[in-house]
Amino acid sequence: MRRALPIFVVLAGLLVAIAIANPYFLEPPAFLAFVKRAAPLVILAAGQYFVIVSGEFDLSVGSLVTAEVVIAARLIDGSAAATWPVLGLLIVVGALIGLVNGIVTTLLRVPSFITTLGTLLILSGAVFLWTGGAPRGALSPQFRELGRGSLGPVPWSVLILVAVAAAAIYAMRAGFGHTLVATGDNDRAAALSGVRVARVRTAAFMISGLSAAVAAILLGGFAGVSAQVGQGLEFQAITAVVLGGVALGGGRGSVVAAMAGAFTLEALFTLLNLYGISGALEPAVQGVIIIAAVALGAVNLPRSRAAAAP
Amino acid sequence: MPGTAGRLDGWGHVLKMTGIGKSFLGVRVLTGVDLEASAGQVHAVVGENGAGKSTLMKILAGVHAPDEGKIEIDGRSVAFHHPVEAQRAGVAIIYQELTLLPERTVAENVFLGREPVRRGLVDRAAMESATGELLSSLGEESFGPRDLVRRLSVAQQQVVEIAKALSLNARIVVMDEPTAALADHEVELLYTLVRRLTGRGIAVLYISHRLREIFELADRITVLKDGARVTTAAASSLDTATLIRLMVGRELDSYYPPRATEPPGEVVLSVRGGGNARLHGIDLDLRAGEIVGVAGLQGSGRTELAKALFGAEPFTSGEMTPCRPRSARAGVAAGIGLVTEDRKAEGLLLNQRVRDNALLVARAVRRRQPGIERLLERVRLNPPRPAQEVRLLSGGNQQKVVLAKWMTVAPRVLLFDEPTRGVDVGAKAAIHELMRELAGDGVAILMISSELPELLGMSDRVVVLRDGRIAGELPAGATEEAVMHLAAGS
Amino acid sequence: MTQPLKLRRVPAGNSFLRRLSADRPARAVYVALALLIVLGWLLFALDGGRFLSQENIVGIQQRSAALGIVAIGQTLVILAGSLDLSVAYLISLTSLVAAEIMAGADANVPAAVAAVLAVSALTGLVNGLIVTRLRVHAFIATLGVALIIRGALDERYDGPAGGVPESFQHLGYDRVGPFPVSALLWAAVGACAWLLLSRTRLGYRIYAVGGDAEVARLSGVRTERVVVAVHVLCSVCAGIAGLLLASRLGAGAPTVGTDGGYDLESIAAVVLGGTALAGGRGGVAGTVGGVLLLAVLDSIFNQLEVNSFAKDVVRGVVLVAALAIHARRRRTA
Repeated sequence: MRRALPIFVVLAGLLVAIAIANPYFLEPPAFLAFVKRAAPLVILAAGQYFVIVSGEFDLSVGSLVTAEVVIAARLIDGSAAATWPVLGLLIVVGALIGLVNGIVTTLLRVPSFITTLGTLLILSGAVFLWTGGAPRGALSPQFRELGRGSLGPVPWSVLILVAVAAAAIYAMRAGFGHTLVATGDNDRAAALSGVRVARVRTAAFMISGLSAAVAAILLGGFAGVSAQVGQGLEFQAITAVVLGGVALGGGRGSVVAAMAGAFTLEALFTLLNLYGISGALEPAVQGVIIIAAVALGAVNLPRSRAAAAP
Repeated sequence: MPGTAGRLDGWGHVLKMTGIGKSFLGVRVLTGVDLEASAGQVHAVVGENGAGKSTLMKILAGVHAPDEGKIEIDGRSVAFHHPVEAQRAGVAIIYQELTLLPERTVAENVFLGREPVRRGLVDRAAMESATGELLSSLGEESFGPRDLVRRLSVAQQQVVEIAKALSLNARIVVMDEPTAALADHEVELLYTLVRRLTGRGIAVLYISHRLREIFELADRITVLKDGARVTTAAASSLDTATLIRLMVGRELDSYYPPRATEPPGEVVLSVRGGGNARLHGIDLDLRAGEIVGVAGLQGSGRTELAKALFGAEPFTSGEMTPCRPRSARAGVAAGIGLVTEDRKAEGLLLNQRVRDNALLVARAVRRRQPGIERLLERVRLNPPRPAQEVRLLSGGNQQKVVLAKWMTVAPRVLLFDEPTRGVDVGAKAAIHELMRELAGDGVAILMISSELPELLGMSDRVVVLRDGRIAGELPAGATEEAVMHLAAGS
Repeated sequence: MTQPLKLRRVPAGNSFLRRLSADRPARAVYVALALLIVLGWLLFALDGGRFLSQENIVGIQQRSAALGIVAIGQTLVILAGSLDLSVAYLISLTSLVAAEIMAGADANVPAAVAAVLAVSALTGLVNGLIVTRLRVHAFIATLGVALIIRGALDERYDGPAGGVPESFQHLGYDRVGPFPVSALLWAAVGACAWLLLSRTRLGYRIYAVGGDAEVARLSGVRTERVVVAVHVLCSVCAGIAGLLLASRLGAGAPTVGTDGGYDLESIAAVVLGGTALAGGRGGVAGTVGGVLLLAVLDSIFNQLEVNSFAKDVVRGVVLVAALAIHARRRRTA
């Protein structure tokens, strides 16, 4: 938890700063709206966390989100009846893409950076090939309800986020989570202790794919159909995870901190907007912050493996 | 060519180390060690594991700075802060693990960091011809300066390291267990190489466990024990038996827990004709409640035997009952556990807590997880804090965590590869007690150790390996000399 | 010696053939390239066109040039065990710097080129220092720098800006015989990088640091300097690509780098060429092969009038398949 603490301090500080600029922010409707806006990125970060903590990368989630939204629009095409079957299909597609990423990485031993880069290219090409260039069709109101609507005062996406977060935390506390972290820390020791390293890593990729599917469902509802809906999300998700103190290379960091990292990014954007810093400078500030955060983390933590005496 | 008596009198020392002392984390590793080396002579440094040989050599190489003592080269006092400084002063070390770049050519490796330049560009022709000359001066014709190091055998790579040493104009060459990874016929080649080095007036410091080699090559021998020098003498004044006694003789014998009084139980694991790339015709039975020791020189196949029984590097031929595991996972499922030789690389998750390390195996095979407190108490972890990160523990406590990891699944067979390496005396006794306790509970134990007193103190019988085969078996109470003779094949 | 040694004899010949022997990681990509060219020739023939027509060859070269130059820079960084994700935004930035300083006047060209080189070298220096001094993983460091550049671009530009004088546009469109000037520029950059890697101390040290930083350090190599140097060189390559694209467009454009996907595609081209992502193995020749492979693939698709999105799919498949085959060969070798 020691590694995770700074991100919560930063997050709290940002929330306070937002509240000072906008006193209504901490009231339930405004705050829930903030959480709702953050939900897709938080879910993606949770999924990406599983892959990163196992020692790999998943660059394919952004284009997977786009693909899922485009597929949904084309298949649903405004029809209420098609909504639920298509939702199920999206989930299956997400898991399947993750399975392919995992198998190629573990069994064919392609570095995950390249595997998922390949998947990124394939997905973005394939989807538009299929739809003929631009997204076609439309999402049904029922589908968009998940991203836009609410149950009483609480947005659906917040409820879904809570469910996803609970599932992620549960998974990390269960035996699976522990073997996953073990694999990321030292895959040789894990294998010699009987961990099925390939299977565990593949499962992590599937979780990441699933999280992309859920994020796509929320984003499709929230923002509607476009070809840019998932653009850059893979890097935002990785940024969020790293901000949460999770080490690239695996074995260290918690899923709660990774999600907090995503909230922090979103809070940062909100704050910049409030203070009238245009959307254009957003990425620049994000860039500075991520470098600074990781640099501070690197300075504080001595390199663990090399440190010990002979 | 043993040295003539006249040259042993102490004049013309290229290297003189006096009163070297060193501690790591408060543990004394070397005390007041003196060592000299003379031009054109082979000076062997021998001693058991943990005697301090490697540390002494690393001090000479500039990897560690000594806490006390001084080093003189050619009568001038030197202090190295970086390996490069030692290199410049004429010291070259050929480590057990070779430090070459596999994807680069021989010439590129020999001149790494010191490439000759002509008109701003690396003079490849000069580099390659210089390397070629070095190689031919070493009598090496099986490969050339342009070959990739990756394509060379271990023996050939050693030649590259030696060529590199020569190109640095090294006058002191340290060879740390150079024959450990060599096949028999390659060892002969190495002898020739060493003689060529001394022929050029280079002082060779030669570290080896293989006594036959030492008597073959050395002019003088220094014996280290427990971080101090026992003696330095002309090789011609010693024989194998004396040398062994000097190395292992101990004032105070450590305490070992008493052996079981009951005869061992049924056979729980049995191999007939087990073989793979490194092992041949292994016949072995492990019985419940018995501790079987495995002795052998480095490279004799000890670790390979443990990994084959466990399934991580499986046997490819022969019979094994109850089953022949083909993967580590299968080994665990069959009730076999392996405490690996390299704790940090293969045994532990250094960034994780004690608890997560201890429960790793149980979680991997989805066994019920036992109460962590009782477990840590049983392995005598001190202090028993499950939330501590493992990298912060001492070597002894780390090893206890590894033991706890296996005890969660109650294996029928436990394989220990160097269980007390790098472990302090107190933890060592605790681990010994625990091993005996496990055997008392009916676990069949196989224990590899290069520390003969430990091996003989703990084992109910000792199997000796040589060149991947079982060279013989000795009963409890055998002498260290007997084991050494079997292991060295003398 | 008591018995004759039977060590495996390694072929000791010299020269060209050896360079293409199985040890050369670039060989596979050229074999694939040759097969693809034969395939392309067949497909074109069936389609009634000529694959090896001058028009098509020129097209392939022109399409390759910008990516090729960036990929050469990326090769240097990857060989040293690092990575650069900031090249795409840097290309956009430098195209704008070039076009704005030129402002359509011939006289401003030298100043603009100098400014581009300075901006890109500075960016590389920042990348390198963040990686070595602040010890930030190259992935995060260069991603962060990419975001910073993007912020600056978004803040100042909505669309194309500046203007490139006609004289400078020759760089993008002219050719010498069958060779476009841009391809010659690419060849020149490639030749410099090849010379750097094979004949200079820095080149040797790049391989050493990427192969095993600890071994390099023990041999007295100042590893941090090497990493900074490769980042500077890579960014300068991106700057050159920015100049080239500005001359093609006649102006600077804030999206020219990202639209081309130069960050990830340059990495893809490098690994296609057999350079190991972990560093220490590979070279410029392989990268050139990788870039040409992608371009030939493109040209075949164009001729067959395949939907442009299919190209991405095939690229992805080719990339993953190539790496899988490579991993397999390495394991069995």
